[in-house]
Order: sequence, then C-alpha cells, then structure tokens
Amino acid sequence: MNDMTPDREERSANLKGLGCSRKRVEDARFTQGKGNYVDDIKLPDMLHGDFVRSPYAHARVVSVNKDAALALPGVVAVLTAEDLAPLNLHWMPTLAGDKQMVLADGKVLFQGQEVAFVVASDRYVAADAVELVEVEYEELEVITDPFEALKSDVVLREDLEGQTEGAHGPRKHHNHIFTWEQGDEAGTNQVLDNAEVVAEETMYYHRTHPCPLETCGSVASMDKVNGKLTLWGTFQAPHVVRTVASLLSGIEEHNIRVVSPDIGGGFGNKVGVYPGYVCSIVASIVTGKPVKWVEDRMENLMSTAFARDYHMTGKISATKEGKITGLHCHVTADHGGFDACADPTKFPAGFMNICTGSYDIPVAYLAVDGVYTNKAPGGVSYRCSFRVTEAVYFIERMIEVLAIELDMDAAELRRINFIKKEQFPYTAALGWEYDSGDYHTAWDKALETVDYEGLRAEQAERVAAFKRGETRKLMGVGLSFFTEIVGAGPVKNCDILGMGMFDSCEIRIHPTGSAIARLGTISQGQGHATTFAQILASEIGISADSITIEEGDTDTAPYGLGTYGSRSTPVAGAATAMAGRKIRAKAQMIAAYLLEVHDDDVEFDIDRFVVKGAPERFKTMKEIAYAAYNQAIPGIEPGLEAVSYYDPPNMTYPFGAYVCVMDIDVDTGVPEIRRFYALDDCGTRINPMIIEGQVHGGLTEALAVALGQEIAYDDMGNVKTGTLMDFFLPTAWEVPNYETDYTVTPSPHHPIGAKGVGESPHVGGVPCFSNAVQDAFRAFGLRHTNMPHDHWRIWQTANGLGLHD
Amino acid sequence: MSDKMHIKLKVNGEDKEFLAEPRELLIYALREKLNITGPHVGCETSHCGACTVTIDGKSVKSCTMFVAQANGAEITTIEGIGTPDALHVLQENFREHHGLQCGFCTPGMITRATKLLEENPNPTEEEVRFGMAGNICRCTGYQNIVKSILSAASEINAAKEAAQ
Ligand code: FES
Ligand code: FES
Repeated sequence: MNDMTPDREERSANLKGLGCSRKRVEDARFTQGKGNYVDDIKLPDMLHGDFVRSPYAHARVVSVNKDAALALPGVVAVLTAEDLAPLNLHWMPTLAGDKQMVLADGKVLFQGQEVAFVVASDRYVAADAVELVEVEYEELEVITDPFEALKSDVVLREDLEGQTEGAHGPRKHHNHIFTWEQGDEAGTNQVLDNAEVVAEETMYYHRTHPCPLETCGSVASMDKVNGKLTLWGTFQAPHVVRTVASLLSGIEEHNIRVVSPDIGGGFGNKVGVYPGYVCSIVASIVTGKPVKWVEDRMENLMSTAFARDYHMTGKISATKEGKITGLHCHVTADHGGFDACADPTKFPAGFMNICTGSYDIPVAYLAVDGVYTNKAPGGVSYRCSFRVTEAVYFIERMIEVLAIELDMDAAELRRINFIKKEQFPYTAALGWEYDSGDYHTAWDKALETVDYEGLRAEQAERVAAFKRGETRKLMGVGLSFFTEIVGAGPVKNCDILGMGMFDSCEIRIHPTGSAIARLGTISQGQGHATTFAQILASEIGISADSITIEEGDTDTAPYGLGTYGSRSTPVAGAATAMAGRKIRAKAQMIAAYLLEVHDDDVEFDIDRFVVKGAPERFKTMKEIAYAAYNQAIPGIEPGLEAVSYYDPPNMTYPFGAYVCVMDIDVDTGVPEIRRFYALDDCGTRINPMIIEGQVHGGLTEALAVALGQEIAYDDMGNVKTGTLMDFFLPTAWEVPNYETDYTVTPSPHHPIGAKGVGESPHVGGVPCFSNAVQDAFRAFGLRHTNMPHDHWRIWQTANGLGLHD
Repeated sequence: MSDKMHIKLKVNGEDKEFLAEPRELLIYALREKLNITGPHVGCETSHCGACTVTIDGKSVKSCTMFVAQANGAEITTIEGIGTPDALHVLQENFREHHGLQCGFCTPGMITRATKLLEENPNPTEEEVRFGMAGNICRCTGYQNIVKSILSAASEINAAKEAAQ
C-alpha cells in the first residue's frame, strides 16, 4: 500500500479539513470594503430613528412634549411609552426573567435610558428632533452602590413593589433581585472553622463593556401588503430574536424574517434584546416604512450591555502544606436598573459556580445576591462564557492570596491542588462535571518554556536592586491557570426564554459534488464560513473550498441559539459533524449500490468510499453526489441532504496556562509587558491560524480590562467613561506580541473532540495580567488591589506601600 | 435645516457632485450620499480610525471633517485600493496573515497602512505599531495586523528592487 501514501496525503490536503490553517474565505470581501454590516443597509424610503435619553440616573418623568419636534420638517413620528402601551410594548421581558422598559414609563432608572424614539427622514433631522423633545424630569435620590441599595428606603423598581418573589426565588429587600446558592454551606463553614490556614479577601471586579468596533443597530421593514416583517440587526442570536419579536408583537413567527448580516464584533454586546430593536419595529409598523436605528458609541457604552460589576468576598482554607480544603464565595452583583443579564434561564449568575477553578477542592459554597441600582442594565458575558471571567478571576486571586498567607510559591500551590488527569471526568464541589483535562502537563510545559525558576531568581535580584536604590522598576510574574466551561448547553438544564440551547446544521450536497451548509449560529469575526466548512470537509470528503457556509437568515437557516459563550464549535460544530455523518451514511449506501457490493463491504477513505480490501474499486463523493440525483436507486430516496439538531450531553471544559512577565515603573505607574506566554488546550484544533488569532484578540481584551478599561459612574449616576477618550481600548502601540502554545486533550463527548477557544484567552488573560501587576508588589507586602490597574492606580499602590518615600 | 452646499469631490478617481448640508460629516456623505460603505463608523470622535480615508495624500479620519471642508479634494477609500482581480499587496497580506477577523476595522486599517508604507517604505515593527496607533481593532490584538503590514512592506520593496 506504500505507493498509495502520497496520493492519500494529497487527497487529504485537498480537503482542507480539520487541523489545516486554511485561509479565510470571508477575507476577500472584508479587505475590499465589501462587508455588509447593518449600517450599510439602505432601503427605499428608509427612515432613521434616534433616542431621547435621560440625562438623569433616577428621576420621575413628569411630561414629554413632542410638539416642537413634530413640527420640524422631516420628522415623521415621536414615540413614547404612552404610544407603545396600547400595543403592550412599552415594557419587554428580559432574558433574565425580569422586564425592562422599552421607553420610560413614568420614571427613569439609569443615565441614558430611552425616553422617546424620534423617527425622521435622515439621521441629522432625527438628531435635531431629539433636541426639540421637551422632557420634564423630577430628580430622585440616586443609588449607584449595591450595598447601599440593599439598605436604602428608596424603591428603585416601583413596578415590583410588594413582590417578594422574583424569577429566581425570594427577594429580601425592595432593591434585591435574587439569591442564588450553590454547594454545601454548612459543610464549607465547618471546614473553614477548623482549617489550619484560612485566607480571606474581598475584591471588586469592576464594571466594563464589550465595546465591539461596530455598535448595535437594526433595520426593520414591515411590509403591510403581505404582512411580513423583516428585521436586520446586530444579533448574536437571530432565531431567538425572531421568537421574541413574535411573542412581543403578536406577528406570527412565519411572518417574521430576522437577518444578521455581517457583524462587526460582538463579544457579548449583541446577545441582548434592546429597546432600539423594538422601537425600530414599532416605528416601521406605525409608519409603514423601513426604519433604521444605529446607536452611537456613547449610547453603546451608556446603555447596551455592560459586563461584570461583581463584588466578591472569598475564604479559602488549606493545610499548612498548601492542600486546599474548602472555598467560600459570596457575590454582591450589581445588575443596574433592570435585570437583563444574558444567562441561561436557570443560571441567574451564569456559571459562576465554576469558581472552584482547576483545583480539587472537596467542599465549597457560593451565594450570589443580585441587586438593583441606578446603572445601566446588561450583565452580558464579555468575551467569556456566562460569568466565567468573574469565577476564574476570583479563584486565581484567591490562590495568590493563599500563597501569600502560606508564604509559598503560587505556581507550586497550583500544582499540588490541580485536579489530576486520572480524576476526569471530575465532579466539582459546585456540581459541574469536567469532561477532560491534563492540567499538570500543561502547567509544566508552560513553566518550563518561560524558565519559571529563572524568572523568580531574576525577580528576587530585582527586588534586591530596588532596595539598594539601583532601579525604580519592579518585576511581576503573573500566573494563571484556568478552566472554562463553554458550549451551553444541554437542553435539560440550559435554555434561553424556554428555548433549549441546542444548535443545528442543515447540509445540501449539490449534484456536481459541492455543498451548502446552514447553521443556527452567526459569525462575528470568528470565521465560521472557513472553519465549519473544514469540519464538514473532513466528515464528508468534499473540499472545504467547495462548501458554502451560510448563517444568520432565519428564513433559511435551521433554528439555533446563536453565537456567544464559545458555543458555536462545541454545539453547532457538533451538529455539523453529526449532519455530515448522516450524509456519509447515505453516501455509503449509494456507493455500495454503484459498486455492486453490500453496504458493509465499503469503507470511507478521505474523499471516497472504497471496497474493503480492494481500494482500486471506489466511488468518490463527487460521483456519489451525482448518482444521488441522477440514478434511481432501489430503496433510497433521491437527493443528498441532512439536518442535525445537536443537544450536547455536557459542556466542554477548555483550559490553559498563562504566564505574563511585566516591568513596572513605580514612579509613573506604567506597566511594560515584557513577555506573555499563553498555552491553550481547546481539544481538537480545527484551524490553528484562527485559534491563534482568537487567542491574540482575547488576550488583548484581557489586557484592556485588567489594565484600564472600565465603565465608571460618579455619585450622581453619571457615566464617566462614555467615549473612547475615557474608555480604554488598547492600540497597536500598547499591545505586546504574544507567544502561543498548546496541548490537545480532546473532549470525550464531542463528535470531533473540539472544545471552543474564542473566550479562553480573555478568561485566563485577565487574572494573568492582574496577577503580574500584583505580584510585582508582593515582596513589599501587597496582598490584593482591585483592577483596573491603570497607571494612576498602580502609582497609588506603590505610594501606599511607601515605595515613593 | 441649513442651506445646502454644492460639493465636488474626486473619489477613487471618479468625479462626484452633490448637495450637502455644511454640517454633514464627510463619513456620512461618503456612506449615505455616495454609497461608499467601506469606511465605517466606530466612534464619530476621531478615536477608532474605522472611517479612515486618504484625502489629498494624507490619512484622515473622515468623521473628523465636514464634507464642506473636503470640497474639491481628491479622496481614496478602501474601494479605490486594489480590484477583485488584482488585490493590493496589503489586502493579500491581511488575508495571508489573518490580519482581520470581523472586518469592521479592516477598510480603515488597510487604507491607513497604504499611506504608512508610502511615508515609510521600510518600517520597523515599532514604527508600524506607532504608525497604526490611530486605528483600533477589537478583534485581532494587532499582532497579525503588524505582521501583515511588515510582510506587505517587504513584498513591495522586493518588487521595487526586482524592477530596478
Ligand atoms: S468613526 Fe472616525 S475615528 Fe472612529
Ligand atoms: S477585525 Fe474586528 S475590529 Fe478589527
């Protein structure tokens, strides 16, 4: 068979299947400026919508006078809650089981809240009209601190007054939303009370924002003649939007078509349903014309989809030797004025209960209290699976704090507590069943590559030099080891508004042997058109170059739950493989018929079926495809199509080991990233080039969050970081080159063993950057300081430790 | 509404004439009046560079400028760089080195990079990073953008050498 080898290799290479760094098919359009994003959509007679927004964080809306605005030439309509009320659209349900005002109904709860929607002939006229709408407000006491909210007599959500039961159980106070408890409280307390060593820390994971380069927007077009509504928009989950739009508007679902065109980055920002979408639909219904709404950057940062804002208190116990015995975590979660967190229904704090991390912790307890404040709603998963960044940051800081308490090396402390390879599948104290992992191998590889011991020696020398007055720069070695939980998720416990979180793929093989596959997901830069074709190429033996991938149009794509939480590869990727296998099964029968042998006597070989033991007798997939359409094969239907809806049996658990080496100038507070090493294990690797790109991007967003990016409010509830002047987005100048590496531990339950990667670097990166900053000051007594570590805060830390004396 | 002005521009080699309010930003005139949708809007405050075009030989963020200020100017946008059959070296290299993900920043990035390489045909990595610092990308972390530009520079230089 040796003479067959080169041929097989070549055939395999031609497929451009799994493991190939295939160049992206999307790029030809994008590099030539031919992307088609929402704001590029232009329809005849299209109108533009713009919002009147509240300048106050908490106020009663006394009156809205539209007269002057309506008198402006070009203004078609001004909608307020009063106009939406008859349609029952002045409020809308949130993904978290709460409800949210579409337009201010009597009061406003955060600065930037939507008060009225102006519809006009172009965006300039609409903006002029916004200025002409006169709104009279009566200011109310503002609460921006969740701890204060829980003590205050001020009722933020008057609509819920007297309701002691919320969507997730009892409410303890009028500004309280839910308490979510996981694990064994009594058992954990007992272990903590009797532990040899306990480390405690309080940390605040600040509010930030995904801030994709493209803001959110939609174009709604109600065709009154045929009763059909078409809605284009920045939707990470177009099918869910269709269902919600139908439930809200009463338009039957088959009469609604939702299209996600190209999306300019999502990172969680485009999962939610926003008032702008609803208003563009209503405005189109009212005016009978297409209506476009696109938020500007300030509106984006102020009103759609914040992330994080978790106040976390932890206690971790261990033996004197450093073996962890228990973990206790309490979170006060600031959800803003409405609970609009985008989590699976049964998880009001997402998967925060992954906070035992990569460690074998026998007992743990987690409680999360959700609280209303006068801040914007949101609570999305910014480049992470649901609340996993918070969880990983928490445990990776607790490990560092415990290392300080034990006076132990933090890398060693991790090593002795990792879940061991032979323990998988491993059931964690807070309930998750980790599917697979090999943490020790990854950790050792990482530490060896960066010469960890050498770094520590250099750091010790640096501290000594600093103390001798020979340098003003300290050195930090940031470590993090993370376990993600992605691929939501099994329908038995994961749903969004009642829709199970399966995903889907539908394949049609054309007679000439090329194919189209449609999925329920939607790419926002991840390159689905490239990678899903690769998965399929390996499954069905047709070159990826001959496979079109289509997503985002609910009229053609099968129902799916969309793209976020790194779920596309684990769920839709699995559906793709499974649908591919159905194609292959039918192709096998066709091949056997054509070769005049029994079905079991042929086997799949890269791009063909061959007769077992006689590889010179074969039918290529191309030949089989043709036969499927032009031959009457007894007992087999014509055509070659398949559809698969995949309900994952479990989540997938990617992991990784990161090391960051940083120099910090104690006099300016400027950190300089000298080296960043990222080892990721995302199971089977579909396209190494794209994986690497995802890692670079996720790390850069991690750098941003750790070192400066935040949505900050003053006491009056004013957003202090509403433009890109104040909201930190790193440029090429601030970002280092990253070293990427990998190990491969395939997921045992995923058809191709893939786990998802888009968000791992963010999840692991934030604690790594933060730990690097904090590690630099460990020798001077720092235990913990909150992010973001911007220059000013780092300077303050140095100052507080007396390093400027 | 204020009176409209008569605007003349040469965009990607074509003469364009239209009426616009003096306060209209150049980016909107391009996108909405001329249907040139390659340049994007990421901020409208001159921070992100998604709207970058070349005006009379200079890189300009087209949200920074009123269309009236550009009256009479010669403008190149991404649509004027390369053709489907003959992509610009930068376009080739962005694809080759995975210098883009969602593609939203890409038109501005490539447009800016064409000027950067004219200003400095042989840049160091540091010079590329500095020269591109006005263009934000949320997806790529820049590493592959820098790689794409450096690779394009050496290809352009090699071609020049070969021609001599
Ligand atoms: S839109 Fe012009 S710089 Fe951002
Ligand atoms: S590729 Fe998405 S912003 Fe640059």
